[in-house]
Amino acid sequence: MLDIIVIGAGHAGIEAGLAAARLGARVAVYTIQLDWVGNMPCNPSVGGSAKGHLVREIDALGGEMGRAADAVTLQSRLLNLGKGPAVHSPRAQVDRRAYSDRMKCRLEMQEKLELRQAEIVSLEKLADKDGWAVLTRTGAREEARCVVLATGTFLAGQIHLGELHYASGPDGMPPAAALADSLRALGLPLRRFKTGTPARVHRRSLDLSKTTPQSGDAAAVAFSFSASAPPKQRSDCYLTYTNAETRRVILENLHRSPLFGGQIEGVGPRYCPSIEDKMVRFPDRERHPVFIEPCGADTQEMYLQGLSSSLPEDVQLAFLRTIPGLEHCQVMRLAYAIEYDCVDPLALRPTLEFADHPGLFGAGQFNGSSGYEEAAAQGLVAGINAARKALGLPSVILPRTGSYIGTLIDDLVTKGCAEPYRMMTSRSEVRLLLRQDTADRRLTPLGQEIGLVSAEHSSRFEAKLAAIAAERQRVQALVLPPTEALQAVLRAAGTAELPSGARLADLLCRPQLDYALLAPFDPSRPELDPAVMETVAIDLKYEGYLRRQEAQVRDAARLEECPLPEDLDYAVIPSLRTEAREKLAKVRPLSVGQASRISGVNPADVSALLIWMEKVRREGRAHRGQTEEAAQP
Amino acid sequence: MLQDAPVLPPRQDTIAAIATATAPSGVGIVRISGPDAIFTASCLFRPKNPLDWSQWRGYEMRYGTVLENAEAVDEAICLLFRAPKSYTGEDVVELSCHGGPVILRRVLRAALAAGARLAAPGEFTQRAFQNGKLDLTAAEAVLDLVSARSEQAAAAARSARCGALREVARALATPLLALSAQLSAWTDYADEEIPDLTPAEVRDAVAQACAPLADLLSRYDSGAAVTHGVTAVLSGRPNVGKSTLMNLLAGYDRSIVTAFPGTTRDAVEETLHLGSVLLCLKDTAGIRATDHPVERLGVERSRAALADAQLILLVLDASAPLTSDDFALLAACAGRPCVAVCNKSDLSRRADLAAVRASVPRLVSLSAATGNGLDDLRQAVEETLDTAAFDPAAAMLANERQRDCAFRAHSALQEALSSLEDGFTLDVVQILVDDAIAALLELTGERVTEAATAEIFSRFCVGK
Repeated sequence: MLDIIVIGAGHAGIEAGLAAARLGARVAVYTIQLDWVGNMPCNPSVGGSAKGHLVREIDALGGEMGRAADAVTLQSRLLNLGKGPAVHSPRAQVDRRAYSDRMKCRLEMQEKLELRQAEIVSLEKLADKDGWAVLTRTGAREEARCVVLATGTFLAGQIHLGELHYASGPDGMPPAAALADSLRALGLPLRRFKTGTPARVHRRSLDLSKTTPQSGDAAAVAFSFSASAPPKQRSDCYLTYTNAETRRVILENLHRSPLFGGQIEGVGPRYCPSIEDKMVRFPDRERHPVFIEPCGADTQEMYLQGLSSSLPEDVQLAFLRTIPGLEHCQVMRLAYAIEYDCVDPLALRPTLEFADHPGLFGAGQFNGSSGYEEAAAQGLVAGINAARKALGLPSVILPRTGSYIGTLIDDLVTKGCAEPYRMMTSRSEVRLLLRQDTADRRLTPLGQEIGLVSAEHSSRFEAKLAAIAAERQRVQALVLPPTEALQAVLRAAGTAELPSGARLADLLCRPQLDYALLAPFDPSRPELDPAVMETVAIDLKYEGYLRRQEAQVRDAARLEECPLPEDLDYAVIPSLRTEAREKLAKVRPLSVGQASRISGVNPADVSALLIWMEKVRREGRAHRGQTEEAAQP
Repeated sequence: MLQDAPVLPPRQDTIAAIATATAPSGVGIVRISGPDAIFTASCLFRPKNPLDWSQWRGYEMRYGTVLENAEAVDEAICLLFRAPKSYTGEDVVELSCHGGPVILRRVLRAALAAGARLAAPGEFTQRAFQNGKLDLTAAEAVLDLVSARSEQAAAAARSARCGALREVARALATPLLALSAQLSAWTDYADEEIPDLTPAEVRDAVAQACAPLADLLSRYDSGAAVTHGVTAVLSGRPNVGKSTLMNLLAGYDRSIVTAFPGTTRDAVEETLHLGSVLLCLKDTAGIRATDHPVERLGVERSRAALADAQLILLVLDASAPLTSDDFALLAACAGRPCVAVCNKSDLSRRADLAAVRASVPRLVSLSAATGNGLDDLRQAVEETLDTAAFDPAAAMLANERQRDCAFRAHSALQEALSSLEDGFTLDVVQILVDDAIAALLELTGERVTEAATAEIFSRFCVGK
C-alpha cells in the first residue's frame, strides 16, 4: 500500500507529489499524458500581480515552481514598480515546453516517487481499513492512505468552439470522464466551471513592425530565493490593439457563440472574460490591448493574450485579421472555451482535506481556483498535509494573515467561490506585511520545520537574515553630517533640509529618498545584496504602517487561536441565528476566527460561540473533577 | 479536543461604555476595562490631589475632574480596580459622574479619544465570564443577554432611521469603493488599460469623500439634540426672572420630568423636553460686575457655563431699560446659538428690543409668570437648533457606536490624506481607504474585500 496517490500532474499535482515524497512518503503521481507534465495550456507565463507573491511563497516553503520558472525564463519583469512595495510582483514569460520537460525530469528523479501515465476511472474508500483505492482504465488497482485530487480542467472536460462541442481535456488531451461519475457517487459536491484560452499564431505570419515591443526589465529578478543569479532576458513581447472593425465582426457573429447561445452552463470567471464578453460588457471601450507573447525559445508559436474566445473558427480568423500586425496571421491553435467539473471548496478543511472523507485531499482548479500559481500553492499544502497524515504527524494550516497561500485557502474553504478564484493583492487585508520580498522571512522557518527546505537554501536564508540585521544596525548608527552637497540633494528631492546631522536610517524613512540617492554620502557602505537593501529600506520607510498592520494581525490572532471542535453540533447552541447555524454547520470552521469570516455569521453569533465554548470547557472540567473525586477511595 | 485552558487568550484592547441604564439618573457610570484601562483613565481624569497613578491601589476612589480636550466636563469619583480583582477580571476604572446623558456621553467620548474602543453589547459581562469571574450558571444568562442584544440591534437596524443611515453609509462608501477598486484594478491588472492614477486624483477623491463624513459627524450633534439632549444655560443679570422661567419650563412637561427621576443635578439643573428637544438646562447665578468675592465666584461659574453651552437662553427684563450688564451679555452671546427671552411681557415694555436684535436676532416675548409666549420660545429653540425640520426618519448618527464608525472612517481618510501629502505610495493609501470603507460598512453589515472585488469586475474590463 502506498502512502499517497496524486491524480493529475499539472501545477498542483507536481507540488503535491514532490512535497509528499520529499517528506518521506511513498508516492505515485498519475497523469493522463506523460509528455505534458506541468503543461501551460493558457498563458506561457508564471507570476504576475499577487501570483508572483504566491510563487515566491511556494519557493520559501521549499516548493518547485519558482526554481523551474527561473530556469526557463524568456523575459522577466517586476510589475507595479512605483505603485508601492505591497504590490510589487514578479512575472516571467517562460518556455512552456522546457518548463514541462524540467518538471517531468524533477518528478522522475525524485526518490520515493513514481510517475505513471494512466487515466484514473474510479476512486473508492477501502472497506476494511483507512485508505483509498484507485482503478486505472487499463484495470490496474492501487491503494494508498491518502489521495490528492488535482484534476484541473480534465474532469468531465467539454470544449466549446462556436457550434462545435465535444468532450476533451485542455490542449487536445483526453478528458477524465469516468472519474467524475465516481466522485459524484462518493457524494462530493461537484459543480461546473468554465474557462477559456486565446488562439496561437505563427510568428512568421505576423507584422510585428505594427506593434509596440515590450522588453523585460534591465535587471531581471528571480522568483527563487535560492537563485544564485537572476535569469537572462531572452525575448520580447509585443503590444497591439483591437479596433472598431474587430468589434463589428465579433458583435455581428455573437449569436454563434456558445456563451451567448446558452450552450455553456458553467460559470466563467469575470476577470478572465472572452473577447466577445468584453465587447458586450464594455461597449464604450474603443480598443482592447492584445499582448503577443512567445510560447518558447524553440518555437514560432505566439500566444495572443486578451483574445480568449469561443467563437467558431471562421469568425476567429475574421476578427484576428482586423488587428494591426495580425492581418495575415496564420492560426496554429484555435481559441476555445472549456467546461469542467470541480468541487465546492466549502467541503474542504483548511488543510485541503475533505471534512467528510478522511485521507482525501483536493488541490488546484479542482478546488475552484484558476491559475497555475494558485494551483501550485494548493498542491504544496495538500501534499504536505497528505504526507503528514500518512506519516502520523499533525497537519499544517497557514494562517491567513501570514501569507497569500493562507489567504487563498482560507477564502476558498471559508467563503467558497461562485466563479474560478484568482489571487489578487487586494484580497489580503495585511498586504504590506505579505510583500514578495518578505516571503522567505515569513515562511522559510516553517518550511525548515516541515522539512522541505534544503540545507543550501537554509544557509542562504540565515545569511540573508543576518545581513538584514547588520544593515539595519549600520544605518541606525551612521550619522550623516549636514554638508551642503547633502542639503542640495534633499532640496532637489523635495524634502526638508537637515538642521543638524541625521542618522542614515532617518533619511531612508523619508519617502523621497532611497539608497541610490544617498550613496555619495554613505562611502563606507559595504557590498550589499539588492534584496537586503530592498527589505531594509521598505521596513524603515513603512514602519508606521507595518506596525498598524501588525496590530491588526495580533487582534485577529485572538480569535484564530480559539479552536472549534469539528464535530461541534451547532444545532444545540442557543442564541445562534438560523442563517449562522446553517452556514457554520456547512463550513465547519476550525477556529472562531475562521467562523467570523463566514458570510452570514455576525459579531453576536461569534460572541455566542465564544461563550458556548467556555461553558463546554468548564463543564468538562467540572465533570473531570467529579470523576476524580469518585475514583478516590 | 478541548484543552483545559481559557477559550481565549487575554484581550489586547481596552473597552469603554456607559455602564448605567441609558435613562437619565442621578449618577451615571462610565466603565473602562482592559490592559490600558488605567492609562486611558489617566488621560481624561484629573484627581483633585495630584498623584502617581501607579501608586493608586485597587478599590480606592478619588475625587476629581473629567476632561475632554483639556476642558472640564464634569466632577467625578474615579474608582480603580486592579486585575484580576474586578468585575471583568481586567484592570477596570469606573468614573461616577452626574447622570445627565450629555455629560456621560462626553465622558465616554473622552475615553474613546484616549484610545479605548466602544464596548460591544454585553462585552463587559462576556469578558467577566471568560476570565472566570462568573460561574457556570451565568453562561446561559450571558448567552441570553447576547441574543437579546442582537435581537434588539436587529430590531433597531430595521427602523426607518437606521435604514436611512445605512443608505447614507453606502452612499459614502460607494465613491471610496470605486477608488479602492480602481487602485486594485490598476495594480492587480497591470497590463490592462486601467487609467493611471496620480496622487493628485487620489487626493481629490479621498478629500471628496471626507467632506460629507465631516458633515455627518457635525450633524451628529443636532441629531443628538433629539436623542441625547442639549446642554443649555439660562443666563441673564440678576432678577430678570430666570428661576421663574426655569420652574415654568420644568413644569412644562411634567410627565417627562417624572419619567426621568433624579435628573436634577442640583437645585439649578433640569433635564426637560421643550417640543422636540431634550434640554439639559442649567440655571445660573445672575451675571453682573461685582466686587463681592463670593458673588464673583458664582458669576465666574455662570460665565463658564455660558461659554460651554450648546444653547443659551438669555433672559432680559422687558419691563426695564437695558443695563450695561445686559449689553455686556448681549455682546457675549452674539454669534452663539442663543434665544433672547424678553421676560415680563405682561408688564409694559421699556426695553429697546431693536438693540437686542442687533446682537441676538432671535427674540421671544414671554411672561414667565403667566406662561404666555411659551410656544414661541419652543419654536425659537427648535429653529435655533435646527431641529424643527429634523426628520426622525432622516439619516442621522443615532448613537456613539455609529458616531464611532463615522469617526474611524473619517480618521482613516485624514491619515490617507497625510500619507499622500508625505509622498507615500498608493498601496498605503489604499489600505487606509479600505480601513475607512470597513468602518463605514460596519453600518451596513457588508465586508470590504468582497465589496471591493465585486466593484472591480463590474467597473473594469480586465482579464487575459
